[in-house]
Amino acid sequence: MNIHEYQAKEILKSYGIDVPRGCMVKSARQTKKAFQKFGCDCVLKAQVYAGGRGKAGGIKTVRDATQACDTAKDLFKKRLVTVQTGTKGLAVKRLLVEEIIDVEKEYYVSLTLDRRTSRYCLIASAQGGMDIEEVARTSPEKIHTLYIDPIVGIKPYHARGISSALGLKGKLIEDCARLIQNLYNVLLEKDCSLLEINPLVVSRDQRLIAMDCKINFDDNALFRHSDYEKMVDLSQLDPLEIEARKFDLAYIKLDGNIGCMVNGAGLAMATLDILMEYGAPPANFLDVGGGASREKVAAAFRIILSDKKVRGIFVNIFGGIMRCDVIAQGIIDATKDIAPHIPIVVRMDGSNLDEGIKLLAQSGLNVETVDNLKSGVQKIAQMMSKKQKS
Amino acid sequence: MGILIDKNSKIIVQGITGKSGLLHARQCRDYGSQIVGGVTPGKGGTSLEGFTVFDSVAEAVAQTNATVSMILVPAPWAADAIFEAAEAGIKLAVCITEGIPVRDMVMVKRYLQHSKMRLVGPNCPGVITPGECEVGIMPGNIHKKGNIGVVSRSGTLTYEAVKQLSDAGLGQSTCVGIGGDPIIGMDFIDVLKLFAKDTDTKGVFIIGEIGGDAEELAAQWIKENLKKPVAAFIAGRTAPPGKRMGHAGAIITGGKGLAVDKIRVLEECGVVVAQNPVKIAEAMREALNKD
Repeated sequence: MNIHEYQAKEILKSYGIDVPRGCMVKSARQTKKAFQKFGCDCVLKAQVYAGGRGKAGGIKTVRDATQACDTAKDLFKKRLVTVQTGTKGLAVKRLLVEEIIDVEKEYYVSLTLDRRTSRYCLIASAQGGMDIEEVARTSPEKIHTLYIDPIVGIKPYHARGISSALGLKGKLIEDCARLIQNLYNVLLEKDCSLLEINPLVVSRDQRLIAMDCKINFDDNALFRHSDYEKMVDLSQLDPLEIEARKFDLAYIKLDGNIGCMVNGAGLAMATLDILMEYGAPPANFLDVGGGASREKVAAAFRIILSDKKVRGIFVNIFGGIMRCDVIAQGIIDATKDIAPHIPIVVRMDGSNLDEGIKLLAQSGLNVETVDNLKSGVQKIAQMMSKKQKS
Repeated sequence: MGILIDKNSKIIVQGITGKSGLLHARQCRDYGSQIVGGVTPGKGGTSLEGFTVFDSVAEAVAQTNATVSMILVPAPWAADAIFEAAEAGIKLAVCITEGIPVRDMVMVKRYLQHSKMRLVGPNCPGVITPGECEVGIMPGNIHKKGNIGVVSRSGTLTYEAVKQLSDAGLGQSTCVGIGGDPIIGMDFIDVLKLFAKDTDTKGVFIIGEIGGDAEELAAQWIKENLKKPVAAFIAGRTAPPGKRMGHAGAIITGGKGLAVDKIRVLEECGVVVAQNPVKIAEAMREALNKD
């Protein structure tokens, strides 16, 4: 789960980590007020669920109240397209107004899971403000990594070691060590899957400040944090993804026009791959999950139907816990009010297959049923190319 | 023979009084597995559809001599269930539960470094040695006894693969779903080591997906150690970067974990990779004929 930079900074602040003075605003008027309150040059930062904002024009320096107001107006009009957003970009509905810090030097610090060792790891570098993957490729010796034994945690001497490796001196060694330990507490207590400060800066007045911060929460741990739900900014999500969230469906919007409903993540991915290979690009990833109810299946199917880009639908179900008759019933429920006028191919195999096929046949829905993946994909690809020609 | 489980395995089910716990305990028993009891704290001393229920794993082990536990405990308590199984002397825990927080699994994994218990999963379909024993949630009837070992990060995609293998006359020695999470118990290599020693296993099929580098590490290990033919399929060739594709572990981050890279490394190490998910049996056949 994503949150905005300003929310991440609020969390850091509550753990005693210094961040620039800042204020989240939702209008040009609020921007002006915030600027006047700070009484110094400020930076306006577009709050979107994506990185690469600077290069995309989402971060602007302002030096007077009028400029603050005008720049904010421009930003709020935008859909920000960055290297991470795709061509559609993301709406700018919130800005972070922040005092400008006089920076002496920039660093990089992050905490995340290292899958190879199954441990959290701290990554730090004196090459701050840059793309860390780029640094890792070009000068790996400038990256310092600490694999954390969960029983031991980060001890002060570990943290001081990292501070020294970054080239910090004097009191900054202790300051940075404390910051690193605090960060680890945030990671654990907030169940973060990623906690990244880039850049972490030393200011001219020798303070250690988190200038930018990105936090992702572990989706699996949301049950421990009932307060996270209200942090979600719905303006940053696709409307269909919002609908899918309500039903706890794993749904991701893609660029093609074949709507897909599959049970199981691996099978869903494999289905997208083979559709692409057969020249029938998928419109979405959708895993209905194991043991979904009739209602959930119907909700999933409705989401696909409401996608205006969808020109055909491919359902791929290998029943195990999921029963084919439940799938069939869900599809029938979803199409009760509006009969779809696009080709639908349903591949079903596994538990209660016969009942499933019978239900679909009796429903009068214009659905092709097949019992294996190959004929299913061939069929939908064929129907689509025929449709294009006619 | 097969690996990990056979017809003599004595199995308990943690979370047996839950809806899915009971359902799958029943299904495994119907398949022929020896389900000798179950555990639900507070329900000890009762009996459910012929299953004896115990309050703790330790008690269940003492009474039944079970060595295997199938865990179907909801995510908030699943890590605790794994610890409990390990401390009670269970030798193999198969954790089906999806959605266990990473922080919990970091600790489980650390603990297991010094434990004799093997963990399969979490977020997996389980293990099956066809014709002998099922500890999991897979549809047993698609499996056929034979000589192909299957190891997979996926659930239903494994069923798809197994169905194709069975239809092509390629039965299975044992199928192991290692799970779709970023932190899992046994990994590809742990399972491959067992397949290497198993006389019933003549070839291995690997099902991987985007995210992490477990497939690359397995490929390297195969090249250096495994004398048996191996074929593979990797899901997620067309997955967009930065998106979590259903499984917690299926995500491309910072240009790493791409399907194309995994496929390339596997092929470089002599593994036959199926080009798409309908060519799974074909790829296995090709690998077997190559040797």
